[in-house]
Amino acid sequence: MEVSAPSATDSLPPPGYTPVRRRRSGLKLREELPQRVRWPLVISSIVLPLVAWTMLSASGLVNPLYLPTPAATFAAGVKLAQGGLLLSDMTATITRVAIGFGIMAVISIPLGLAMGSLPGIRALFEPMIGLIRYMPAPAFIPLFIIWLGLGEAAKIALLVIGTVFFNTLMSADVAALVPKTLINASYTLGANRRVVMRKVILPHSLPGLLDAMRVNLAATWNLVVVAELVAAQSGLGYRIVRAQRFLQTDDIFAVLIVIGLIGLTTDMAFRLLRNVAAPWARP
Amino acid sequence: MTLEFGSARPIPKLEAVALFKDFPGTSGTVSALEDVAIRVWPGELVCLVGASGCGKSTLLNIAAGLEDATDGVVLVDGYPVTGPGADRGLVFQSYSLYPWRTVAGNVAFGLEVKGLKDDDIAERVRHYLGIMGLAKFAGALPKQISGGMQQRTAIARALATEPKVLLLDEPFGALDAQTRSAMQEFLLSVHRELGTTMLMVTHSVEEAVLLSQRIYVMAPNPGRVIAEFKVPFQDRSHSLVHEPEFLSFVRQVDDLLRQQASVVGTQ
Ligand SMILES: Nc1ncnc2c1ncn2[C@@H]1O[C@H](COP(=O)(O)OP(=O)(O)OP(=O)(O)O)[C@@H](O)[C@H]1O
Ligand SMILES: [Mg+2]
Repeated sequence: MEVSAPSATDSLPPPGYTPVRRRRSGLKLREELPQRVRWPLVISSIVLPLVAWTMLSASGLVNPLYLPTPAATFAAGVKLAQGGLLLSDMTATITRVAIGFGIMAVISIPLGLAMGSLPGIRALFEPMIGLIRYMPAPAFIPLFIIWLGLGEAAKIALLVIGTVFFNTLMSADVAALVPKTLINASYTLGANRRVVMRKVILPHSLPGLLDAMRVNLAATWNLVVVAELVAAQSGLGYRIVRAQRFLQTDDIFAVLIVIGLIGLTTDMAFRLLRNVAAPWARP
Repeated sequence: MTLEFGSARPIPKLEAVALFKDFPGTSGTVSALEDVAIRVWPGELVCLVGASGCGKSTLLNIAAGLEDATDGVVLVDGYPVTGPGADRGLVFQSYSLYPWRTVAGNVAFGLEVKGLKDDDIAERVRHYLGIMGLAKFAGALPKQISGGMQQRTAIARALATEPKVLLLDEPFGALDAQTRSAMQEFLLSVHRELGTTMLMVTHSVEEAVLLSQRIYVMAPNPGRVIAEFKVPFQDRSHSLVHEPEFLSFVRQVDDLLRQQASVVGTQ
C-alpha cells in the first residue's frame, strides 16, 4: 500500500464552493447563546412589560385607581422610602425571613442528608413528610394563631412549616445522588462512615443543597408576605394591607416591586455563592 | 515468590479460599461465585478473564471488603479480610474521582484519612504524581483532564496509601485503543518500579497475556475458575503483541473462553 503525504492543493475547496456559516438563532435545544443575542433578549424581558404597563396606564382605558402609572408607582416608592417606612418594613420582613429560613435550614439539611444516605432513616421519615408537604402551609395559619398567638412565633412557624419538608426531601435526593462507586472508593482508601459523610457526601452535595435552599428561599418570601397579610403590625405584607384600606394602589405596586427586587437579589446571591463554593459543579 | 521468615511455606499476598457468593434474584438465587480459589503471590500481577457475569467484579469487591462472601474467606498475608481498608486499593472501571478535588487533592485523600501530617502528604502526593506522569496536572480538576489521565489519577490515589494489594476492575475498559495501550505500558512500568502485588480484571485476553504473570479464566452460571495459565513471556512491552508465540498463546486462552461460551449457548 502506497501512502503519500497530502499536498497543499489537495486541501483546497472545489471551485464554486462557499462555506456554510452556522447561524445561532437561540431556538436550538441547549445551544450556546452568543452574548450579542443574549443581551437584547434579557433587556427585552424587562423593558417590554414596562412599556406595556406604561402604555396601558397612560391610555386612559384603565382607571388610575386600579392601575397607577410607572411614574406614580416610583413616586410612591420614593415617598415610602423617605418617610422611613420602607426601611423599617423591609427590616421587619427580612428579619422574619432570615429567622424562618435559618431554622428551616438547620432542621432540613442534616435530616435530608441523613435520609439520603441512610435508607433506614429515609424509610422512617419519608412517608410522613411526603404526606405533610401536600398540606398547604397557609391553611396552618389559624392553628398557629390558636397555638402561638398573633406574635412573631406564629409567622416564623408558618415559614418553617411551609418550606422545611420540601427542603428536607430535596436535600435527601441530593445526597442520594452521590455515586456508590465514590463512596466505595472512599472506603477502600481507609475512610469510615463518618469520614465518608464529612469528606464525600457533604462536599458532593453542597451545590445541590444550595440549589434547594435557593428554591425554598423564594418560597419563604412568598409565605412571609402571606403571614403579614393576615396578622402583623409591620413588614412589607402589612404595608400592602394598609395601602389596600386607603385604595393606594401605587403603594401596593411599589411594595410589590421592592419584594420582587429583594427576592431577585437573594436569588442571585445564592447563585454566586454556589459558583464560588463549588466551582467544580459549574455547568 | 518470597519465603516468609520462620515459616516453611510461602504465604500468598492475596488468597481466596473456597469462596461462595449467592445473590437473591427474581428467579431464584444467582450463584455469582461457587467454590472459587485463587492465589496471588507477592509482587505478582495476576489477571482474571471471563465472560460477562461470571463474578469477576464480585470477587474483587469481596477481596476489597465491600461485599461479604456467602461462604469462604479472602486472606491478605494470611489474615482474613473483614471489611474495606487502605491495605487493599481498588480501581474501578468508571472514573471514581472526587470531582471537587484537584488531581493532587484526589491522591491526597487516603493520606488525609490516615492522619498524616500536611508536609508528609504533600511529599507523598508529589512522589506518586511523578511516578504517574501527572505532575503537570496536579492542580487540575478531574473534568479538565482526559479519561486516561483520570484513570491514572485513580491508580495514583489507590497506590498512595501503599496498599499490600492493588485490585483493578477493568481499569482501561472505557478508554480508546491508543490510550489503552499507553496505559498498559504505563501499568507495566509502575509494576516494575513499585513491585506492588496486583489483581486485575479485564475483558481483553490480549491485555491479560501482555500484562500478567498468571491468568485465571472464569466461567459463569455458576461463577467459577475453570483454568489457570502461567504466562511464559519475560520482556513485557508492546512489541510482544506481534510475536507468533504471543499470538498463539492468546489464541489458546481465547479458544477456551469461546468454547465455554458455546457450551453455555447450547444449554
Ligand atoms: N448486587 C447484586 N444483586 C444481584 N445480583 C448481582 C449483584 N451483583 C452481581 N450480581 C450478579 O452476579 C453475577 C456476577 O456479577 P459480576 O458483576 O461479578 O460479573 P462480572 O464478571 O464482573 O461481569 P462483567 O464482566 O459484566 O463486569 C451476575 O449474574 C450478576 O447479575
Ligand atoms: Mg464486572
